[in-house]
Amino acid sequence: MISPFINIANLTKTYKKGKTSITPLENLSLEVPKGEFLALMGPSGSGKTTLLNLIAGIDSPSDGVLEIDGNDIRGLTRARLTKWRSSHVGYIFQLYHLIPILTAYENVELPLLLDNMSKRERKNRIDAALDLVGLSDRAHHRPTELSGGQEQRVAIARAIVHDPGLLVADEPTGDLDRESADSILNLLDSLANDHGKTIVMVTHDPKAASAAHRTLHLEKGVLIKSES
Amino acid sequence: MKFFSLALKSLTRNKLRTLLTLLGVAAGMFLYAAVETMQHSLAIATQSNANDTTLVVYRENRFCPSTSRLPEHYGTTIRKIPGVREVIPIQITVNNCGASLDVITFRGIPPEELKQYNPDLRIIEGNYDDFVARTDGALVGKQFAKRRGLKPGDKFEAVGVNVNVTAIIESDSPQDNNVAYVHLPFLQQASRVGLGIVTQFNVKVESSDQLESVSDAIDETFKADQQPTNTRPEKAFFAETAKQMIELISFTRWLGLGAVAAVLGLVANALLLIVRGRVKETAILQTIGFSRMQISWLVVMEGILIGLLGGVLGVVSAFAFFHFKSFTLGNEGLTLALVPTIDVLAKALTIALALGMLASLYPAWKATSRPLIQTLNA
Repeated sequence: MISPFINIANLTKTYKKGKTSITPLENLSLEVPKGEFLALMGPSGSGKTTLLNLIAGIDSPSDGVLEIDGNDIRGLTRARLTKWRSSHVGYIFQLYHLIPILTAYENVELPLLLDNMSKRERKNRIDAALDLVGLSDRAHHRPTELSGGQEQRVAIARAIVHDPGLLVADEPTGDLDRESADSILNLLDSLANDHGKTIVMVTHDPKAASAAHRTLHLEKGVLIKSES
Repeated sequence: MKFFSLALKSLTRNKLRTLLTLLGVAAGMFLYAAVETMQHSLAIATQSNANDTTLVVYRENRFCPSTSRLPEHYGTTIRKIPGVREVIPIQITVNNCGASLDVITFRGIPPEELKQYNPDLRIIEGNYDDFVARTDGALVGKQFAKRRGLKPGDKFEAVGVNVNVTAIIESDSPQDNNVAYVHLPFLQQASRVGLGIVTQFNVKVESSDQLESVSDAIDETFKADQQPTNTRPEKAFFAETAKQMIELISFTRWLGLGAVAAVLGLVANALLLIVRGRVKETAILQTIGFSRMQISWLVVMEGILIGLLGGVLGVVSAFAFFHFKSFTLGNEGLTLALVPTIDVLAKALTIALALGMLASLYPAWKATSRPLIQTLNA
């Protein structure tokens, strides 16, 4: 039996806010095979972004099993988790979060600065990533000179340039018009289907979720429904 | 190198913010370098070393050249004291005995003895023989000439003394570069002190370990005379005679420290503002996989760059300012040339670098002190 790319069992996240203990996720179990494009839906406060951040290694669970591509990331220290993220995860934000003083090319270059890679090799990879998202001709533009859709494409190029197996996307189309959103969803679909990336996307938009292979619904930190 | 490039981009692409910060750092480091130049010049003039072999014989209990009067014939007696190598009588006339930035000093010496007494004196323009031949000829120190715009053939008048510039000289002794040497009898008459009277004798001894014994012997010789003497090594004489000037310069040390503190505060404040202004960017970098250490290092590098670039701007400006303006402080007939040196330049740049680094430590820690998840949700 092939083990799932993401294996989550009885995952719980609890944190303190003042004297109150809050549990945004409780005993959640989930398996995601490699190359699946998964959408997470649910009302605000349902725990979907918490789950996304745990999968991305940005936050640490309080209890349960969390394995990504065979790595138990629950046991990693903060420094090792950072190192793991740099090679295994690509993160796509709702508001793109490009560095405004850097050009599209330089923004995409950021993850590669952490690797021991020649300038020539970096250039080849950046050119390929920008080409994949259809922005080769905008490489030397700054974020302020790009449209929202283009900015999100640059953010996707930045997320895939170091060839991570996992892409996590937090409302990637939430700030875009319909046309741009469709274009981004097509791109994510292509990354899953043609390039074998495992994608976990949080969204409020049913149309965006419909682009995914599977949609999970969360409510109060519990999985309530799964749709294919 | 990759991170250095990133830090450099952060500075060069926020032009106005960087320019304003650099100007502040440059102003502080200009002040620091100026103070260091004064302190360093003073140290050279007053701190004795093993190569010092010069004594100054002055009238006892006198501090200004206009009141120190010694008979010229003392020179013959001093020359016979064991350990004495050379003696030269000097009449000094100045336009101002107090501490001043614009002091004009004439030194009257027997022209035929000057080169023998001071073989290090170099003629850089004009002719020494013309000086010897002309009773009103003057050898003008290069700093003096630069300040006054003088060249051989020019005439100038000060303190009622009219002279012809016959040559421009330079010497390893800063004092020589800031005075005008004229014929002793000419100056004695022009300044109305009268023939046979001098301000001081400069005495060279055979070796530095004889400074004390020879000075004691000179003072002992004239102890019972009508004009008793007080003989001290040249640098001690400078330190004791130019007290006003030294106190003023010593005070500037506090200005230098103030400048250093101001630069430290300025860079730290600028970096804190930078760090606070890009909380989200820092979180993005951490999400991408930049470690806390790497992000802190980026902030430290920006601090180092600000310190170093501002330092270069300020320190080099101060160096050029002192080099081209040729400032000289005068007090009691002694002159202190404010000469910028490579040592001062290197020290000030090192301080600027250290300040940039030191000022960035807290902002660097602050940049990554909050947990990533909190920063990301901020």
